[in-house]
Amino acid sequence: MRTPIVLALVGIATASAPLVSPAYYVTLMLPFMAYGVVLLGLNLLFGSAGLVSFGHALFISIGAYAGAVLTTHLGVRHMELILPAGALAAAIVAAPVGALCVRYVKIYFGMLTLAFGMVFYTFLLKFYRLTGGDEGMRVLRPYLLGREWSGFSKTDYLIGPYYYFSLAVLVLATLLMWRIVRSPFGLCLRTIRDNPLKAESLGISVPRYRWYAFMISAVYAAVGGALLAPPTGNVDPTLAYWTHSGNIVFMVLLGGFSSFFGPLLGAFAFIFLQDTVMSVFPYWRLIFGAVLAFIVIFAPGGLMGLLARRRPAEVPGA
Amino acid sequence: MILEAREVRKRFGAYVALDGVSLAIREGEFVSIIGPNGAGKSTLINVLTGVLAPSAGSVRFKGQDIGGIGTVALTRLGMGRSFQLVQIFPELTVLETLQAAVISRLGKGTRFFSSLRGDRQVQADALEVAELFGLAGKAYALARTLPQGDKKLLDVASAFALRPEIILLDEPTSGVSTADKHVVMEILVGAAKRIGLRAIIQVEHDMDIVFGYSHRIIALHQGKVLADATPAQIQADARVVDMVVGRRRTP
Repeated sequence: MRTPIVLALVGIATASAPLVSPAYYVTLMLPFMAYGVVLLGLNLLFGSAGLVSFGHALFISIGAYAGAVLTTHLGVRHMELILPAGALAAAIVAAPVGALCVRYVKIYFGMLTLAFGMVFYTFLLKFYRLTGGDEGMRVLRPYLLGREWSGFSKTDYLIGPYYYFSLAVLVLATLLMWRIVRSPFGLCLRTIRDNPLKAESLGISVPRYRWYAFMISAVYAAVGGALLAPPTGNVDPTLAYWTHSGNIVFMVLLGGFSSFFGPLLGAFAFIFLQDTVMSVFPYWRLIFGAVLAFIVIFAPGGLMGLLARRRPAEVPGA
Repeated sequence: MILEAREVRKRFGAYVALDGVSLAIREGEFVSIIGPNGAGKSTLINVLTGVLAPSAGSVRFKGQDIGGIGTVALTRLGMGRSFQLVQIFPELTVLETLQAAVISRLGKGTRFFSSLRGDRQVQADALEVAELFGLAGKAYALARTLPQGDKKLLDVASAFALRPEIILLDEPTSGVSTADKHVVMEILVGAAKRIGLRAIIQVEHDMDIVFGYSHRIIALHQGKVLADATPAQIQADARVVDMVVGRRRTP
């Protein structure tokens, strides 16, 4: 089946989910859409630039805490302001962090990003007056499109306006990322991933382009983080913890980092698999560990790689 | 004078890799640098391409001091290079590889949202270079799937796609079969004329290639310039033949 048809069917199914699915499953779609935005950005760094970050939970938490601070302390309730504010805060932090991290590659890059993530986790945990410490902070229900939606119960709000708002953000983020990976910039990133020495000889500045990719991925992570917080109504330091960074890397691997839509499939599979496994088996991490080992050893292309094997390869550039 | 090195010395601790090397590359020249292993060729390349700063002396390109300037900056100034060990982008197609070079030349690398496919200038320029190097028929092939000779051509072609003023080729025929070496060189020289290259410098071990294409040969030995002369003069110099060329050549 061709990609546009699959996308159209997925689009119809996603848009109609609140109308036909039980509320519980619709609420599960909310973290999927939030993580979808995060993973689009993370995969620009991973799939296009070849850098694996183990610290991107840092930027998710910045977006989530931005929502908490704005709604609880500053009285800013409009989601249309919370998202750019979270993105701006992430960009401010990512600029120096990224400038340092992109000087390194492979395990050193991964460990540096992890270190910065843990520094921020400790900040969130220890600066109690500012962040609420381990209890975290409340996130008040944000306004959408200038409306408070006060007549809606929490569930109705989440599976109605908030669902479609999140979907719109995910679609917009997907379209923007689609353009980015197919732009001249996207091609330059892939040259750096494949052969930095050769890229430099063609006049492509490796650290500069890696830094751009890092900044974009941080902004995407923050927007996803800002979407993630309102459904739970609370943010806490575990959002910045390294296992959270590990989870999103797992999602990318699960879906397949070499495919544009792989990470989105990975986020969807992770959320629903986690929910299903947790409900029947208390040691769900055991199952997830086995799944991760299976993917790395037998299916490095992830779920998208497995699906692609079932059909003939596409002609490059067609 | 396009490129000039004056009394260049390069030390690595106590080891002197280059010991007062001077050379000048003029408009329209094809210059070969030869020398036995350890003569300082690789260090000289790295100094001429701005990767290493000389310990003493100076390197000037188009009148500008380029000592340690860095590869990216030097590329922007108009110097291209290819490598001894073939350097490609394995997961990119031939056309994408050339497009990347064209994008870099046109300064379009930071266009985050514009369509690469829709950029006619990038597409046309990349295809033109592919045709020039006989790679147009493989434009959509992944670079890693190419035969070794085509990989070498692609490496050189991507440097040409930058439309540099001068190009430095590090053993352009290494890894290429004997039968294909002259084919590669003919393509390369033809492409150089077509794009209006001002000069070519090559480092080469294959003396058939060196004597067949060079206007001038610079022989290095133990970090010093042993000779800087025309192929005929080099051939007539018994000392250079014994120390660098290795055997007397029949004209």
